[in-house]
Amino acid sequence: AEAEELRARLRAVRHTVLVLSGKGGVGKSTFSALLAHGLAADETKQVALLDIDICGPSIPKMMGLEGEQVHQSGSGWSPVYVEENFGVMSVGFLLSSPDDAVIWRGPKKNGLIKQFLRDVDWGEVDYLIVDTPPGTSDEHLSIVQYLSATHIDGAVIVTTPQEVSLQDVRKEINFCRKVKLPIIGVVENMSGFVCPKCKNESQIFPPTTGGAEKMCQNLNVSLLGKVPLDPQIGKSCDRGQSFLAEAPESPATLSYRNIIQRIQEYCEQNHFQEEKIM
Amino acid sequence: TLAERANLAGVRHILLVLSGKGGVGKSTISTELALALRSAGKRVGILDVDLCGPSIPRMLRVQDSAVHQCDSGWVPVFVGQDKAIALMSIGFLLERPDDAVVWRGPKKNALIKQFVTDVAWGELDFLIVDTPPGTSDEHISTVEALRPYQLLGAVLVTTPQ
Repeated sequence: AEAEELRARLRAVRHTVLVLSGKGGVGKSTFSALLAHGLAADETKQVALLDIDICGPSIPKMMGLEGEQVHQSGSGWSPVYVEENFGVMSVGFLLSSPDDAVIWRGPKKNGLIKQFLRDVDWGEVDYLIVDTPPGTSDEHLSIVQYLSATHIDGAVIVTTPQEVSLQDVRKEINFCRKVKLPIIGVVENMSGFVCPKCKNESQIFPPTTGGAEKMCQNLNVSLLGKVPLDPQIGKSCDRGQSFLAEAPESPATLSYRNIIQRIQEYCEQNHFQEEKIM
Repeated sequence: TLAERANLAGVRHILLVLSGKGGVGKSTISTELALALRSAGKRVGILDVDLCGPSIPRMLRVQDSAVHQCDSGWVPVFVGQDKAIALMSIGFLLERPDDAVVWRGPKKNALIKQFVTDVAWGELDFLIVDTPPGTSDEHISTVEALRPYQLLGAVLVTTPQ
Protein backbone atom coordinates (compact mmCIF):
# COMPACT_ATOMS: atom_id res chain seq x y z
CA ALA A 1 0.00 0.00 0.00
CA GLU A 2 2.91 2.29 0.84
CA ALA A 3 4.64 1.44 -2.42
CA GLU A 4 1.37 2.26 -4.20
CA GLU A 5 1.22 5.64 -2.50
CA LEU A 6 4.76 6.47 -3.60
CA ARG A 7 4.11 5.22 -7.11
CA ALA A 8 1.04 7.42 -7.36
CA ARG A 9 2.88 10.50 -6.11
CA LEU A 10 5.82 9.98 -8.43
CA ARG A 11 3.80 9.01 -11.48
CA ALA A 12 3.93 12.54 -12.79
CA VAL A 13 7.75 12.66 -12.66
CA ARG A 14 9.31 12.07 -16.08
CA HIS A 15 13.01 11.99 -15.25
CA THR A 16 14.87 11.47 -11.97
CA VAL A 17 18.57 12.13 -11.51
CA LEU A 18 20.44 11.39 -8.29
CA VAL A 19 23.57 13.41 -7.52
CA LEU A 20 25.97 11.30 -5.47
CA SER A 21 29.55 11.27 -4.33
CA GLY A 22 30.79 9.20 -1.47
CA LYS A 23 33.21 12.03 -0.70
CA GLY A 24 32.11 15.18 1.10
CA GLY A 25 32.79 18.70 -0.04
CA VAL A 26 33.30 17.93 -3.74
CA GLY A 27 30.41 20.01 -5.00
CA LYS A 28 27.32 17.78 -5.04
CA SER A 29 24.94 20.45 -3.80
CA THR A 30 26.55 23.09 -5.98
CA PHE A 31 26.18 20.82 -8.97
CA SER A 32 22.60 19.81 -8.09
CA ALA A 33 21.59 23.45 -7.78
CA LEU A 34 23.21 24.43 -11.07
CA LEU A 35 21.85 21.38 -12.89
CA ALA A 36 18.37 22.32 -11.70
CA HIS A 37 18.90 26.00 -12.66
CA GLY A 38 20.18 24.97 -16.06
CA LEU A 39 17.21 22.70 -16.75
CA ALA A 40 14.72 25.25 -15.41
CA ALA A 41 16.03 27.91 -17.80
CA ASP A 42 13.68 26.27 -20.28
CA GLU A 43 10.38 27.66 -19.01
CA THR A 44 8.44 24.84 -20.59
CA LYS A 45 10.14 22.35 -18.28
CA GLN A 46 8.99 21.75 -14.70
CA VAL A 47 11.99 21.16 -12.41
CA ALA A 48 12.05 19.86 -8.84
CA LEU A 49 15.10 19.86 -6.56
CA LEU A 50 14.97 17.57 -3.53
CA ASP A 51 17.67 17.94 -0.87
CA ILE A 52 17.91 14.79 1.26
CA ASP A 53 21.07 15.84 3.10
CA ILE A 54 19.37 15.93 6.45
CA CYS A 55 22.42 16.77 8.58
CA GLY A 56 23.88 19.39 6.26
CA PRO A 57 21.19 20.77 3.93
CA SER A 58 22.99 23.25 1.68
CA ILE A 59 20.32 23.75 -0.95
CA PRO A 60 18.17 26.42 0.81
CA LYS A 61 21.15 28.75 1.13
CA MET A 62 22.42 28.06 -2.39
CA MET A 63 18.99 28.81 -3.82
CA GLY A 64 18.55 32.01 -1.79
CA LEU A 65 15.64 30.42 0.09
CA GLU A 66 16.89 30.52 3.68
CA GLY A 67 14.14 31.30 6.12
CA GLU A 68 11.40 29.96 3.86
CA GLN A 69 8.89 27.65 5.45
CA VAL A 70 6.99 24.74 4.00
CA HIS A 71 3.22 25.09 3.71
CA GLN A 72 0.73 22.30 3.93
CA SER A 73 -2.35 22.11 1.78
CA GLY A 74 -5.00 19.51 1.09
CA SER A 75 -2.82 17.92 -1.55
CA GLY A 76 0.29 17.68 0.65
CA TRP A 77 3.40 19.74 1.41
CA SER A 78 4.04 22.52 -0.99
CA PRO A 79 7.60 22.86 -2.31
CA VAL A 80 9.22 26.28 -2.08
CA TYR A 81 9.27 27.82 -5.55
CA VAL A 82 12.32 29.66 -6.87
CA GLU A 83 10.61 30.23 -10.20
CA GLU A 84 7.17 29.20 -11.38
CA ASN A 85 8.65 26.11 -12.97
CA PHE A 86 11.25 25.37 -10.30
CA GLY A 87 10.33 23.96 -6.87
CA VAL A 88 12.66 23.02 -4.00
CA MET A 89 12.27 20.84 -0.90
CA SER A 90 14.81 20.41 1.90
CA VAL A 91 14.86 19.59 5.59
CA GLY A 92 16.43 23.04 5.89
CA PHE A 93 12.93 24.49 5.45
CA LEU A 94 11.65 22.51 8.42
CA LEU A 95 14.19 23.86 10.91
CA SER A 96 13.27 26.79 13.11
CA SER A 97 16.83 28.12 12.98
CA PRO A 98 19.55 27.43 10.36
CA ASP A 99 21.98 26.50 13.15
CA ASP A 100 19.72 23.81 14.60
CA ALA A 101 21.57 20.52 14.40
CA VAL A 102 19.57 17.57 13.15
CA ILE A 103 21.13 14.80 15.19
CA TRP A 104 19.15 11.82 14.01
CA ARG A 105 19.94 8.17 13.68
CA GLY A 106 19.28 6.34 10.44
CA PRO A 107 15.67 5.18 10.94
CA LYS A 108 14.44 8.70 11.66
CA LYS A 109 16.24 10.05 8.60
CA ASN A 110 14.68 7.35 6.46
CA GLY A 111 11.26 8.32 7.75
CA LEU A 112 11.71 11.92 6.66
CA ILE A 113 12.96 10.95 3.23
CA LYS A 114 9.92 8.75 2.73
CA GLN A 115 7.72 11.61 3.84
CA PHE A 116 9.34 13.96 1.35
CA LEU A 117 8.60 11.58 -1.45
CA ARG A 118 5.12 10.66 -0.30
CA ASP A 119 3.77 13.97 0.99
CA VAL A 120 5.29 16.67 -1.20
CA ASP A 121 2.90 17.81 -3.90
CA TRP A 122 5.32 18.30 -6.77
CA GLY A 123 2.67 18.21 -9.48
CA GLU A 124 3.85 17.35 -12.98
CA VAL A 125 7.64 17.26 -13.06
CA ASP A 126 9.94 16.89 -16.05
CA TYR A 127 13.13 16.61 -13.97
CA LEU A 128 13.47 15.59 -10.33
CA ILE A 129 17.03 16.24 -9.14
CA VAL A 130 17.95 14.64 -5.81
CA ASP A 131 20.91 16.04 -3.87
CA THR A 132 22.38 13.55 -1.39
CA PRO A 133 24.77 13.71 1.56
CA PRO A 134 28.27 12.19 1.33
CA GLY A 135 28.64 8.48 2.09
CA THR A 136 26.88 5.25 1.26
CA SER A 137 24.42 4.87 4.09
CA ASP A 138 20.80 5.10 5.19
CA GLU A 139 19.89 8.07 3.00
CA HIS A 140 21.31 6.47 -0.11
CA LEU A 141 19.80 3.05 0.47
CA SER A 142 16.47 4.61 1.28
CA ILE A 143 16.25 6.94 -1.68
CA VAL A 144 17.09 4.14 -4.11
CA GLN A 145 14.58 1.87 -2.40
CA TYR A 146 11.77 4.42 -2.29
CA LEU A 147 12.40 5.68 -5.82
CA SER A 148 12.21 2.16 -7.18
CA ALA A 149 8.47 2.90 -7.19
CA THR A 150 9.26 5.18 -10.10
CA HIS A 151 12.04 5.18 -12.62
CA ILE A 152 15.47 6.63 -11.85
CA ASP A 153 17.22 7.65 -15.06
CA GLY A 154 20.55 7.42 -13.31
CA ALA A 155 23.15 8.88 -11.03
CA VAL A 156 25.64 11.66 -11.63
CA ILE A 157 28.70 11.12 -9.46
CA VAL A 158 30.75 14.14 -8.44
CA THR A 159 34.41 14.06 -7.49
CA THR A 160 37.53 16.19 -7.27
CA PRO A 161 40.82 15.14 -8.93
CA GLN A 162 42.80 13.85 -5.96
CA GLU A 163 43.12 10.20 -4.95
CA VAL A 164 41.67 10.78 -1.48
CA SER A 165 38.40 11.71 -3.23
CA LEU A 166 38.57 9.07 -5.97
CA GLN A 167 39.01 6.44 -3.28
CA ASP A 168 35.57 7.22 -1.89
CA VAL A 169 34.05 7.73 -5.32
CA ARG A 170 35.06 4.25 -6.48
CA LYS A 171 33.06 2.93 -3.56
CA GLU A 172 30.11 5.01 -4.67
CA ILE A 173 30.37 3.57 -8.18
CA ASN A 174 30.35 0.10 -6.65
CA PHE A 175 27.34 1.04 -4.56
CA CYS A 176 25.49 2.07 -7.73
CA ARG A 177 26.35 -1.22 -9.39
CA LYS A 178 25.29 -3.16 -6.30
CA VAL A 179 21.85 -1.53 -6.21
CA LYS A 180 21.56 -1.56 -10.02
CA LEU A 181 21.46 2.20 -10.32
CA PRO A 182 22.59 3.29 -13.81
CA ILE A 183 25.48 5.74 -13.81
CA ILE A 184 24.97 8.64 -16.18
CA GLY A 185 28.56 9.68 -15.62
CA VAL A 186 31.16 11.38 -13.44
CA VAL A 187 31.82 15.11 -13.03
CA GLU A 188 35.27 16.23 -11.93
CA ASN A 189 35.00 19.49 -9.97
CA MET A 190 37.80 21.80 -8.84
CA SER A 191 39.74 20.60 -11.86
CA GLY A 192 42.39 23.25 -12.26
CA PHE A 193 42.40 26.95 -11.50
CA VAL A 194 43.06 29.73 -13.98
CA CYS A 195 44.30 32.89 -12.30
CA PRO A 196 42.13 35.82 -13.39
CA LYS A 197 45.20 38.08 -13.24
CA CYS A 198 48.04 36.20 -14.91
CA LYS A 199 45.91 33.55 -16.67
CA ASN A 200 48.34 30.86 -15.44
CA GLU A 201 46.74 27.46 -14.79
CA SER A 202 47.46 25.63 -11.50
CA GLN A 203 46.33 22.29 -10.24
CA ILE A 204 45.10 23.05 -6.73
CA PHE A 205 44.11 19.40 -6.23
CA PRO A 206 46.67 17.55 -8.36
CA PRO A 207 45.34 14.35 -9.93
CA THR A 208 48.18 12.25 -8.54
CA THR A 209 46.60 9.01 -9.75
CA GLY A 210 45.21 10.25 -13.06
CA GLY A 211 42.12 12.02 -11.77
CA ALA A 212 38.56 11.20 -12.73
CA GLU A 213 39.63 10.56 -16.31
CA LYS A 214 41.78 7.55 -15.43
CA MET A 215 39.23 6.27 -12.91
CA CYS A 216 36.45 6.45 -15.50
CA GLN A 217 38.57 4.58 -18.03
CA ASN A 218 39.37 1.89 -15.49
CA LEU A 219 35.79 1.48 -14.33
CA ASN A 220 34.13 1.94 -17.71
CA VAL A 221 31.96 4.91 -16.80
CA SER A 222 31.44 8.15 -18.71
CA LEU A 223 33.37 11.27 -17.76
CA LEU A 224 30.72 13.95 -18.29
CA GLY A 225 33.18 16.80 -17.91
CA LYS A 226 35.68 18.70 -15.80
CA VAL A 227 34.84 21.95 -14.07
CA PRO A 228 37.65 24.33 -13.08
CA LEU A 229 37.78 26.16 -9.75
CA ASP A 230 36.30 29.62 -9.87
CA PRO A 231 36.04 31.64 -6.64
CA GLN A 232 32.83 33.13 -8.02
CA ILE A 233 31.15 29.72 -7.66
CA GLY A 234 31.52 29.74 -3.88
CA LYS A 235 30.44 33.37 -3.71
CA SER A 236 27.31 32.78 -5.77
CA CYS A 237 26.42 29.80 -3.60
CA ASP A 238 26.88 31.77 -0.41
CA ARG A 239 24.65 34.52 -1.80
CA GLY A 240 21.98 32.16 -3.09
CA GLN A 241 22.43 33.18 -6.72
CA SER A 242 22.86 31.05 -9.82
CA PHE A 243 26.54 31.04 -10.79
CA LEU A 244 25.54 30.33 -14.39
CA ALA A 245 23.56 33.57 -14.46
CA GLU A 246 26.13 35.64 -12.54
CA ALA A 247 29.22 34.54 -14.48
CA PRO A 248 28.06 33.50 -17.95
CA GLU A 249 31.56 33.96 -19.42
CA SER A 250 33.44 31.82 -16.90
CA PRO A 251 35.11 28.65 -18.25
CA ALA A 252 33.37 26.89 -15.37
CA THR A 253 29.98 27.98 -16.71
CA LEU A 254 30.85 26.61 -20.11
CA SER A 255 31.82 23.28 -18.54
CA TYR A 256 28.67 23.13 -16.46
CA ARG A 257 26.48 23.89 -19.47
CA ASN A 258 28.11 21.15 -21.54
CA ILE A 259 27.65 18.66 -18.73
CA ILE A 260 24.02 19.67 -18.20
CA GLN A 261 23.35 19.19 -21.89
CA ARG A 262 24.88 15.71 -21.85
CA ILE A 263 22.70 14.76 -18.90
CA GLN A 264 19.62 16.08 -20.64
CA GLU A 265 20.47 14.11 -23.78
CA TYR A 266 20.99 10.96 -21.73
CA CYS A 267 17.59 11.35 -20.07
CA GLU A 268 15.72 12.17 -23.25
CA GLN A 269 17.30 9.26 -25.09
CA ASN A 270 16.50 6.95 -22.19
CA HIS A 271 12.89 8.00 -22.29
CA PHE A 272 12.73 7.48 -26.01
CA GLN A 273 14.10 3.94 -25.66
CA GLU A 274 11.55 3.20 -22.97
CA GLU A 275 8.70 4.50 -25.06
CA LYS A 276 9.89 2.36 -27.95
CA ILE A 277 9.86 -0.70 -25.73
CA MET A 278 6.43 0.12 -24.39
CA THR B 1 33.70 -5.44 30.88
CA LEU B 2 37.12 -5.40 32.42
CA ALA B 3 38.84 -5.88 29.09
CA GLU B 4 36.81 -3.02 27.54
CA ARG B 5 37.74 -0.65 30.32
CA ALA B 6 41.37 -1.70 30.10
CA ASN B 7 41.72 -0.90 26.41
CA LEU B 8 41.04 2.79 26.88
CA ALA B 9 42.30 3.01 30.46
CA GLY B 10 45.83 3.73 29.29
CA VAL B 11 44.75 6.65 27.11
CA ARG B 12 45.33 10.03 28.78
CA HIS B 13 43.45 12.35 26.42
CA ILE B 14 40.84 11.66 23.76
CA LEU B 15 40.28 14.31 21.10
CA LEU B 16 37.46 14.30 18.54
CA VAL B 17 37.94 15.99 15.17
CA LEU B 18 34.54 17.07 13.87
CA SER B 19 33.01 19.27 11.24
CA GLY B 20 29.49 18.77 10.06
CA LYS B 21 30.59 19.73 6.56
CA GLY B 22 32.40 17.24 4.35
CA GLY B 23 35.64 17.84 2.53
CA VAL B 24 36.99 20.56 4.82
CA GLY B 25 40.06 18.65 5.93
CA LYS B 26 39.11 16.65 9.03
CA SER B 27 41.16 13.59 8.09
CA THR B 28 44.04 15.75 6.91
CA ILE B 29 44.06 17.70 10.18
CA SER B 30 43.71 14.52 12.24
CA THR B 31 46.73 13.06 10.49
CA GLU B 32 48.85 16.21 10.77
CA LEU B 33 47.88 16.65 14.42
CA ALA B 34 48.92 13.09 15.17
CA LEU B 35 52.24 13.51 13.38
CA ALA B 36 52.93 16.82 15.14
CA LEU B 37 52.15 15.40 18.56
CA ARG B 38 54.38 12.45 17.82
CA SER B 39 57.18 14.82 16.80
CA ALA B 40 56.77 16.47 20.18
CA GLY B 41 57.47 13.12 21.81
CA LYS B 42 53.90 12.13 22.69
CA ARG B 43 52.44 8.63 22.39
CA VAL B 44 49.66 8.94 19.84
CA GLY B 45 46.83 6.86 18.40
CA ILE B 46 44.28 7.59 15.64
CA LEU B 47 40.83 6.07 15.45
CA ASP B 48 39.16 6.53 12.05
CA VAL B 49 35.39 6.09 12.49
CA ASP B 50 34.49 7.25 9.00
CA LEU B 51 32.97 3.96 7.93
CA CYS B 52 31.89 5.05 4.45
CA GLY B 53 34.98 7.02 3.50
CA PRO B 54 38.00 6.02 5.62
CA SER B 55 40.81 8.27 4.41
CA ILE B 56 43.45 7.90 7.10
CA PRO B 57 45.12 4.65 5.97
CA ARG B 58 46.00 6.12 2.57
CA MET B 59 47.22 9.37 4.16
CA LEU B 60 49.67 7.33 6.22
CA ARG B 61 50.50 4.94 3.38
CA VAL B 62 49.13 1.83 5.05
CA GLN B 63 46.09 1.28 2.86
CA ASP B 64 47.18 -2.28 2.13
CA SER B 65 47.64 -3.30 5.76
CA ALA B 66 45.62 -5.98 7.48
CA VAL B 67 44.77 -6.13 11.17
CA HIS B 68 44.57 -9.03 13.55
CA GLN B 69 43.37 -9.68 17.03
CA CYS B 70 45.20 -10.49 20.23
CA ASP B 71 43.79 -11.49 23.62
CA SER B 72 42.77 -7.97 24.52
CA GLY B 73 41.27 -7.09 21.15
CA TRP B 74 42.26 -5.60 17.78
CA VAL B 75 45.92 -4.80 17.33
CA PRO B 76 46.32 -1.38 15.73
CA VAL B 77 48.55 -0.78 12.72
CA PHE B 78 51.68 1.17 13.63
CA VAL B 79 52.49 4.05 11.30
CA GLY B 80 54.65 7.12 10.94
CA GLN B 81 58.36 7.41 10.45
CA ASP B 82 59.20 5.54 13.65
CA LYS B 83 56.15 3.28 13.40
CA ALA B 84 55.02 4.63 16.74
CA ILE B 85 51.55 6.00 15.91
CA ALA B 86 48.80 3.46 16.48
CA LEU B 87 46.04 3.50 13.85
CA MET B 88 42.73 1.70 13.61
CA SER B 89 40.35 2.21 10.71
CA ILE B 90 37.52 0.31 9.05
CA GLY B 91 39.63 0.63 5.95
CA PHE B 92 41.73 -2.25 7.28
CA LEU B 93 38.76 -4.55 7.50
CA LEU B 94 37.67 -4.22 3.89
CA GLU B 95 38.56 -7.11 1.64
CA ARG B 96 38.87 -4.82 -1.34
CA PRO B 97 39.50 -1.08 -0.97
CA ASP B 98 36.80 -0.23 -3.52
CA ASP B 99 34.18 -2.15 -1.56
CA ALA B 100 31.47 0.23 -0.45
CA VAL B 101 30.41 -0.10 3.18
CA VAL B 102 26.71 0.23 2.56
CA TRP B 103 25.36 -0.14 6.04
CA ARG B 104 22.42 1.32 7.82
CA GLY B 105 22.80 2.98 11.19
CA PRO B 106 22.38 0.03 13.58
CA LYS B 107 25.15 -1.97 11.92
CA LYS B 108 27.46 1.06 11.90
CA ASN B 109 26.74 1.64 15.59
CA ALA B 110 27.69 -1.92 16.50
CA LEU B 111 31.02 -1.61 14.71
CA ILE B 112 31.86 1.76 16.22
CA LYS B 113 31.19 0.46 19.69
CA GLN B 114 33.60 -2.39 18.96
CA PHE B 115 36.20 -0.07 17.56
CA VAL B 116 36.07 2.20 20.54
CA THR B 117 36.35 -0.49 23.20
CA ASP B 118 38.06 -3.40 21.48
CA VAL B 119 41.31 -1.93 20.22
CA ALA B 120 44.39 -2.73 22.31
CA TRP B 121 45.78 0.83 22.32
CA GLY B 122 48.16 0.37 25.22
CA GLU B 123 49.50 3.55 26.87
CA LEU B 124 48.74 6.68 24.85
CA ASP B 125 49.00 10.40 25.63
CA PHE B 126 46.55 11.28 22.86
CA LEU B 127 43.91 9.37 20.93
CA ILE B 128 42.64 11.37 17.98
CA VAL B 129 39.25 10.32 16.66
CA ASP B 130 38.56 11.26 13.04
CA THR B 131 34.86 11.40 12.16
CA PRO B 132 32.79 11.51 8.97
CA PRO B 133 30.81 14.61 8.00
CA GLY B 134 27.36 15.09 9.52
CA THR B 135 25.72 14.71 12.91
CA SER B 136 24.37 11.18 12.80
CA ASP B 137 24.82 7.60 13.89
CA GLU B 138 28.62 7.59 13.88
CA HIS B 139 28.81 10.75 15.96
CA ILE B 140 26.14 9.77 18.46
CA SER B 141 27.61 6.30 18.92
CA THR B 142 31.19 7.51 19.22
CA VAL B 143 30.38 10.10 21.87
CA GLU B 144 28.24 7.61 23.77
CA ALA B 145 30.94 4.95 23.71
CA LEU B 146 33.63 7.42 24.79
CA ARG B 147 31.65 9.08 27.56
CA PRO B 148 33.09 6.93 30.41
CA TYR B 149 36.63 7.90 29.40
CA GLN B 150 38.90 10.94 29.38
CA LEU B 151 37.21 12.93 26.64
CA LEU B 152 39.33 16.05 26.26
CA GLY B 153 37.13 17.76 23.75
CA ALA B 154 36.46 18.43 20.09
CA VAL B 155 38.39 20.30 17.43
CA LEU B 156 36.05 21.64 14.75
CA VAL B 157 37.31 22.06 11.22
CA THR B 158 35.82 24.36 8.59
CA THR B 159 36.62 26.29 5.41
CA PRO B 160 35.81 30.00 4.96
CA GLN B 161 32.59 29.88 2.87
